Amino acid sequence: MVGLRFDLRDTPPGSATLRAELRAFLAEQGKDWGPMERGYSWMGFDRAFSREVGKRGWIGMTWPEAYGGAGRTALERYVVLEEMLAVGAPVGAHWIGDRQSGPLILRLGTEEQRRDFIPRIVSGELAFAIGLSEPDSGSDLASLRTRAEKVPGGWKVNGRKVWTTNAHRCDFAITLLRTSPAPDPRAKHQGLSQFLIDLRASGLTIRPILDLVGEEGFNELTFDDVFVPDSLVVGEIGKGWEQATAELAIERAGPERYLSSLPLLTAALEDLRAEPAAAEMVGRLIARAGTLRQMSLAVAGMLQDGQTPAREAALVKDVGNDFEQALPERLRDLLMPGRTPPEVLEMQRIMTMVGRSYSLRGGTREILRGIIARQLGLR
Amino acid sequence: MSDDLRAILLDQVEKLLSDAAGPDLLRANERGEWPAALWEEAEALGLPLALVPEAMGGAGLGWGDAAALWQLLGRHASPLPLGEGMIAAALLAAAGVAPRVGYLGLAVDTAPVAWGRRAAALVQVMGETVALQPGPATRQGRAGFAREPADTAAPGVPVAEGRLPPAYGPEAGMLAGALLNAARIAGALETVLAMTVDYANTRKQFGRPIGGFQAVQQLLARCAGEVAVAGVAAGQAGRAADRHGLAGATFEIASAKVVCGEAAHAGAEIVHQVHAAIGFTDDHALHLFTRRLWEWRDGFGAERVWARRIGEAALARGGAALWPDLTTRDHGEGER
Repeated sequence: MVGLRFDLRDTPPGSATLRAELRAFLAEQGKDWGPMERGYSWMGFDRAFSREVGKRGWIGMTWPEAYGGAGRTALERYVVLEEMLAVGAPVGAHWIGDRQSGPLILRLGTEEQRRDFIPRIVSGELAFAIGLSEPDSGSDLASLRTRAEKVPGGWKVNGRKVWTTNAHRCDFAITLLRTSPAPDPRAKHQGLSQFLIDLRASGLTIRPILDLVGEEGFNELTFDDVFVPDSLVVGEIGKGWEQATAELAIERAGPERYLSSLPLLTAALEDLRAEPAAAEMVGRLIARAGTLRQMSLAVAGMLQDGQTPAREAALVKDVGNDFEQALPERLRDLLMPGRTPPEVLEMQRIMTMVGRSYSLRGGTREILRGIIARQLGLR
Repeated sequence: MSDDLRAILLDQVEKLLSDAAGPDLLRANERGEWPAALWEEAEALGLPLALVPEAMGGAGLGWGDAAALWQLLGRHASPLPLGEGMIAAALLAAAGVAPRVGYLGLAVDTAPVAWGRRAAALVQVMGETVALQPGPATRQGRAGFAREPADTAAPGVPVAEGRLPPAYGPEAGMLAGALLNAARIAGALETVLAMTVDYANTRKQFGRPIGGFQAVQQLLARCAGEVAVAGVAAGQAGRAADRHGLAGATFEIASAKVVCGEAAHAGAEIVHQVHAAIGFTDDHALHLFTRRLWEWRDGFGAERVWARRIGEAALARGGAALWPDLTTRDHGEGER
């Protein structure tokens, strides 16, 4: 269809063994995960859990062994991801590093950066945040204004970043900053660069922002003459937009874009046996979940083949977001206070609230559909 | 069938359809005029017997290849009952009865037979029993949305009868038909999306193409999502049928019928909205496709029928089995 291809893929041989290991591990780790933990899933932050994941070789699985990676395939990594997300594991402390910061450093970082950061991401020691959005720059990301000025030995950063998930708990953030003024307003994609920022650096203030669920999930970062050494520039000065766009393609490509609310369906199934109208709706949801999984696998397969499936990933994220947002609402029509266990009702409420973020994070629905429309040939 | 052979076959079918099919042929079909020339060409290519094993005179095509072919057929609004004929021949052969040449009408349970009035013989599928009956089906009717002939046969004495092997199960006719309709929906959706993108890029209002408006772009992007979902669901169902047999692929075929049925609705809604009044006219070709989308989502089990099947199985299995059941169906995951 108009240049978008989804070639069906199989999970790799040996996946059953890998899944069995993961399920045993997650059953043990997840004994005490309640509706809140599972509802937050990959925004949940648990360093002890991430270190255990690291010990088992499940972070940086596809990275070269020279840096501590396991040299495994993208589809094997996919199996690990989907197993974690399907049970709503709190992967936030290693997830960003594994998904995008690590690959970015491996691809564009200096040898010194690779040796310094990659092994610590692999072990689950180092947690990353994403420093893209600003108070006046959301969907129009290239309009960002936080700037880095050249000073001897490094850069001096001033400005603000916002909606930075878990920044108050993380160690580093990869940020996109303006290093030279845009030549004119239409060329604002020029003059941007990426930097590794130590979140404990002097001059950096991190203020947690309460979200509507009542959690301190995201933050505002204020940079006041924060010094960043030259050694923490990522890739090329001035190439930040291209680099960040490739990073976003990876960010959008994973199975977390349709699985966020699946733990609710899992938790509710026993109760729904008592609801006569449930079978049809449950069947519709499962039919779609199975199909979205195949689409997501197709995108993972393209990543494995070394392609950059930016448009396919945008489309899968869009249809995936629709599904994961609809699921709590469809279940609301079937659950019944008094009959349904309170923890299932609580999870439904949390996902109704958290669900608003599904179609915002990693690119809003409107931005994604704009990308798809351009691919269709609409201008 | 190898990827190369599949590509060659699909190229041939595409050429056949793009030469012959079109609004005029579809309108003639709706007047009850049998597409004789197109059917003869399809027969010359051996297409009606494509799913029949080579030992019985067919091409030995798999369900996955067939689903790809049917998707192609759907792109042209399926101007001949080739899918039905292929299934009829396949099930007859599987039941041990050598298929005969000519159009074989597919009669699943008591459902009407597409173009039954033109059938050389009827293949009546009842559970695991497949019976060959003399054609044609004389009680004439027509499909509610597609308006093409859909006829019923008077009960007759079978010329030959056989039983399907266990891998086909007691619902083989419905499953094969659901796969056919899911694939045709996926194909027809591709065409209406392309038609609508073209229209949006040419139709001007307020001094510019309406495709330049974000409101229209957002609708068409959503439509593209549904088109992609339908294509993947149909493809996955065909692949599963190749690997597990029709009965073994009940989950994937049911899923595809549900998802493609939902996509048929969402897609038709959007393409009509964007086409506005001109797409509501008889003159415009859009409805030749959208009426078939509505026809096919109803045929061989509507969404609610197959959804309930999936849902009942999942409810019986319980929450702990939901995710493992979804993933153990992967190819090669059985090995430990």
